[in-house]
Amino acid sequence: MQITAAERVTLEGGHGQAAQRAMRIVIESARLMGATSLVPIASAHIDGCLYHGKGGVLFAEQLAAERGHVAIPTTLNVGALDLLHHGIVRLPPEARAMAERMRRAYEALGCAPSWTCAPYQAGHRPSLGQHVAWGESNAIVFANSVLGARTARYGDFLDICCALTARAPFAGLHRDEARHATLAIDASHLSTELRNEEAFYPVLGAWLGRETAGDVAAIIGLPEDIDEDRLKALGAAAASTGAVGLFHVVGRTPEAPDLVTAGGGRAPARRITLTGDMLRSAHARLSTRDVAADVAIDAVAIGSPHLSIAEIQRLVDCLAGRRTRVPFYACTGRHVSEVLEGDGRQAALDVSGVTLVTDTCVVVTPILPDGAGLVMTNSGKFAHYMKPNTGRDVVFGTLADCVESAIAGRLIRDTRLWS
Amino acid sequence: MTAEIVIPGTARGPVLRSTQPLSFWGGVDPATGAITDPESEHCGTRLAGRILMLAATRGSSSSSSVLLELIVAGAAPAAIILGQIDAILGIGILVARELGYPSLPLLRLASDAQARFTTGAVVTVTEDGTIACM
Repeated sequence: MQITAAERVTLEGGHGQAAQRAMRIVIESARLMGATSLVPIASAHIDGCLYHGKGGVLFAEQLAAERGHVAIPTTLNVGALDLLHHGIVRLPPEARAMAERMRRAYEALGCAPSWTCAPYQAGHRPSLGQHVAWGESNAIVFANSVLGARTARYGDFLDICCALTARAPFAGLHRDEARHATLAIDASHLSTELRNEEAFYPVLGAWLGRETAGDVAAIIGLPEDIDEDRLKALGAAAASTGAVGLFHVVGRTPEAPDLVTAGGGRAPARRITLTGDMLRSAHARLSTRDVAADVAIDAVAIGSPHLSIAEIQRLVDCLAGRRTRVPFYACTGRHVSEVLEGDGRQAALDVSGVTLVTDTCVVVTPILPDGAGLVMTNSGKFAHYMKPNTGRDVVFGTLADCVESAIAGRLIRDTRLWS
Repeated sequence: MTAEIVIPGTARGPVLRSTQPLSFWGGVDPATGAITDPESEHCGTRLAGRILMLAATRGSSSSSSVLLELIVAGAAPAAIILGQIDAILGIGILVARELGYPSLPLLRLASDAQARFTTGAVVTVTEDGTIACM
């Protein structure tokens, strides 16, 4: 391992005990990742701030007790608490107290209290080619793919260690050669109607993660004006089902003006042509139960990753002032809820009975009501994690399907696209 | 059989081998160590004390948190043997060590070599990465 003089100072305790401990972990992790040097980084996003148990709290408190402080701008991913709305998170008192201790420790370390899995829509936007250390799989894939910043996939705790030292292992997606597309995915034979449908993107992402994990895919044949929210949904689903850290959309994402450039100077040798059947099968897998139309649903949950202002606007538009019959959870960050407070959209959500969840989400902390056996979502990531994390069955649909089902209290899905 | 040492250590216990990729976050209960991933052939099985062999890992960067919590709760596998190195799991072990908790060996062994071990067989893992049937 090549360590610079400055890094050695930190490793030997010249910047305090917390930075020393953090540097030790960064260097050991670099070895695990096969790196031979570290890379200076411009910012960090911390996923380790979600309460999973005692160990994570003790580690953050140890760093804070050693007077650690982040050396670069650092945002926080979701925690286990909704710090703005009381009574939404039903965590037992001991767990709540531990999550609160964790919050205090990370804030004491100098992290911005952003509490969102969509930091890239909350003003934290590293530039093309900039090295950063981001945690949380959807944030990682978005930073790499859509912003063209460079972050490897780190485990929880390495992220805060990178933030304390302003260094990351120079491995994985920090390196040019790891970013080149190795596989072309041709979507041009799918119907235009499908490619224009919002729900297509999480389904494509779920397929991508399941079928191409280990490759860097360059997707061709998608509209060149796909909005960020669709890329966000694609990446989040791909990262959930297959640990995808980077994808390219030719003509849309910054490192893929064309297929040859995306491939690092030559087009990928392998190509998969997407068919309707592949997408139908990926779509079916996003529901854990084969449910008939009209079956009663117990709740709707959207917002993984956290909803943007534009997505909230589409929700308000779909609701059109109507009241939902089943609990409807819309998860977002405080960067969005603060805007909604002032402009009447919060009132519109209240009228429709939508519960805004901030700083956290329904698959990382207990929010869903007891007895909710079937939850509907338009999020590929919620669809993937609902059953294992909450025990509830899940059925996937479009945003419009979710809203109509919530209003009717029973499953309404427009399945024509997938039939 | 000798595996590549990622984090050295010794262990002894029954093999739990999975050909399905597993994500610790969303796939293992951090309090009990039970596999909760419905797609796992070992769903419901607890990891504690086992020599866990996985052809591949999958999914979340929070898997290091889950492994740390398993170590803190005494519910961790005795050793983890992966087809490909997963630094995310390794970090959970590094942090446990910084906090003064026991470490566990993390090794790399290609999945076709893993296939020589059957679930339930008791094996030992030694400091030099040797995995041997008892």
